[in-house]
Amino acid sequence: MEAHMKPTPIKAKFLTPGVIVLILLAVNGLMFLAGRFFFGIGSVTHLSDQYPWGLWIAVDVAAGVALAAGGFTTAALGHVMHLEEYHAVIRPALLTAMLGYTFVAIGVCVDIGRWYFVWHPLVMWNGSSALFEVGICVMIYMTVLYIEFLPLVTERFIGKVNLPGILKNLNRPVERLLRALDRGLSKTMFVFIIAGVVLSTLHQSSLGTLMVIAGAKMHPLWFTPILPLLFLLSAIAVGLPMVIFESTLAARSFKLKPETEILGKLGGMVAPILGVYLAFKLGDMVIRETFVYLTEFSTASVMWTIEVLVGIVIPLRMFLSPSVLKSPALTFTAAALVVFGVALNRINNFIVAYTPPYAVHAYFPSIGEISVTVGLIALLTLMYRAYVMIFPVISLPQDRPALHAKYAIRTEKS
Amino acid sequence: MKQPSRRAFLKTAALAGGTVAGLSATAKAGPKNVLSPDRNGVLVDTTVCIGCRSCEYACRTAHGLPTPPLETYGDKTVFKEMRRPNTGALTVVNQYPNPTKSDLPYYVKVQCMHCDHPACVSACIVGAFSKQENGAIIWDTDKCIGCRYCMAACPFQIPSFEYEKALNPEIRKCDFCYTRTQENKLPACVDACPVEALTFGPREEVVRIAKQRMATYGNRYVNHVYGELEAGGTGWMYLAGRDFADLKFPKLGASPAPGVSEAIQHGIFAYFVPPVALYAILGAIMWMTKTREEGA
Ligand code: SF4
Ligand code: SF4
Repeated sequence: MEAHMKPTPIKAKFLTPGVIVLILLAVNGLMFLAGRFFFGIGSVTHLSDQYPWGLWIAVDVAAGVALAAGGFTTAALGHVMHLEEYHAVIRPALLTAMLGYTFVAIGVCVDIGRWYFVWHPLVMWNGSSALFEVGICVMIYMTVLYIEFLPLVTERFIGKVNLPGILKNLNRPVERLLRALDRGLSKTMFVFIIAGVVLSTLHQSSLGTLMVIAGAKMHPLWFTPILPLLFLLSAIAVGLPMVIFESTLAARSFKLKPETEILGKLGGMVAPILGVYLAFKLGDMVIRETFVYLTEFSTASVMWTIEVLVGIVIPLRMFLSPSVLKSPALTFTAAALVVFGVALNRINNFIVAYTPPYAVHAYFPSIGEISVTVGLIALLTLMYRAYVMIFPVISLPQDRPALHAKYAIRTEKS
Repeated sequence: MKQPSRRAFLKTAALAGGTVAGLSATAKAGPKNVLSPDRNGVLVDTTVCIGCRSCEYACRTAHGLPTPPLETYGDKTVFKEMRRPNTGALTVVNQYPNPTKSDLPYYVKVQCMHCDHPACVSACIVGAFSKQENGAIIWDTDKCIGCRYCMAACPFQIPSFEYEKALNPEIRKCDFCYTRTQENKLPACVDACPVEALTFGPREEVVRIAKQRMATYGNRYVNHVYGELEAGGTGWMYLAGRDFADLKFPKLGASPAPGVSEAIQHGIFAYFVPPVALYAILGAIMWMTKTREEGA
């Protein structure tokens, strides 16, 4: 059956009622964003000297990086281990990762006070800083993701370059350029794919190291020296659920048949990884005896319980059940719970667990912060929609046997 | 499409690995972070301080920050609420009740502690913070990107950020009067204190004086020099007449704040061996599974 699947640009109307809602949300966010750039971070956020980091770092950056992990997990399964069955989802995952990291970069520029100095870490190094490592890896990885995406561009346009008007003369050279690019890419792509996986493991874990230095201010329910390991494990665990989550949503929105079989297979992989993550999280809790903090009723204990119960235990149980894996709706629900759990974990680590010694008021994100975050997510979704309509990302069943495809889709069997 | 040959695969992989390894040779960058034996410290004797806030005035003047006239500093109503240093005041004095003599409250001056193992220096993404020979922790506006990681990292909640500025917001904190001390002048606050509640000198000397005072006037102090060991030791240290927790000093262990995080960082990046090894392993897996597929 898979031989007849081929990534194809989706033909659909761009504007739908849902899309219009997204556009409105995006415009609303952009308005607050303008406020931030003209009047300073303080004018739209509740950030303060007590709470220097808030929603933007927790969601736009930390959760964003985690949820873009589908890119490197599917690349590892499909390209490094050459597991054929994952190839249909590599491209959607790659696109999510590429757009995801792009928005992480935008989120960073929004949050840092001097966005025009965002390139400073490239030339001003501080090897002992976890944030430095995250910054460098994210910058390189984003470049790698764009390179990994290039084959989709060449595939889309080779033989179809047709520039209008006076640019017509450029048709031949552009065509030749694309073909040269394509040849070069197919020879070297594996370097980028492996580099992408290495870079991902590095910065996914270093994101966890970030709050280790703030240990004295962190709530013991989350603070542990193994935070980097927990961050890495949870990123790996959320990779496939994120692919299931977005593929199902995309299929629904474009009225395509969901790939029940592939998604069920992916779902089967989730439980073991999620189980390892849970084991480390609970094991660490037992060793450090932090469960005592669960007996007191506080924001921290409630948030921790929701995170672990709803975000890990319930979906783990679901993914272990064969009947769930057979039902697209239930698989989707379980995947959505994992996505929710990991996003909540990042929020908990960066906001809930952070207890500054001299806090006079608690932090809750402002309307402006929420609007910007929602707006950026809306923009990302819109771009995803546009990309799958332009580039061959989503695999569709073909009437005729598939032409052999490029490196970034499946291993070349010529 | 033509297969990249296995030899080409190895060649390119080795090339990429070599580039990364080569980078490690140059990766010695890092901010200045010296722990000179000559570094200075200050002893704050909170049992001597009278809460006149002359230091606040002197600090603002020395750093070109706007200040109300000196006469207004006698106003005791500011003590009604606890204040923190911020972008407009790099040091502030707070008042705490004295349980034994209610007419003689305790006053605690707060500012950057100029840690021996500063979290801010370790954390800053671009190395904008540095520790100088004379003990001062200073900040470099030409490097800072405004990420505020230093604020998240500092165990004493000291660095302050100009949230209201859209362009070139600054991180502000006490700089131990770096320019004044370079000219052999005392820090402005130490110079201004009318009752010598602040004692400036080489850190070792300051610790000695603190212990001497505790030995001579035993019942005046709780038996603890705050900052001698906290967070790996700080440049500014305190003596107090009641428990430091009651004076809102954070309870910190003796291990330096950046310790664990730096150990992790340096473990991961030990000459880039772990990443390069991972790269090699993944490359090997890729190569082997590919062989398997071709054989099939
Ligand atoms: S008190 Fe905070 S800002 Fe001052 S040196 Fe220590 S870590 Fe840095
Ligand atoms: S805000 Fe500036 S000084 Fe503080 S960590 Fe970021 S770059 Fe460094």
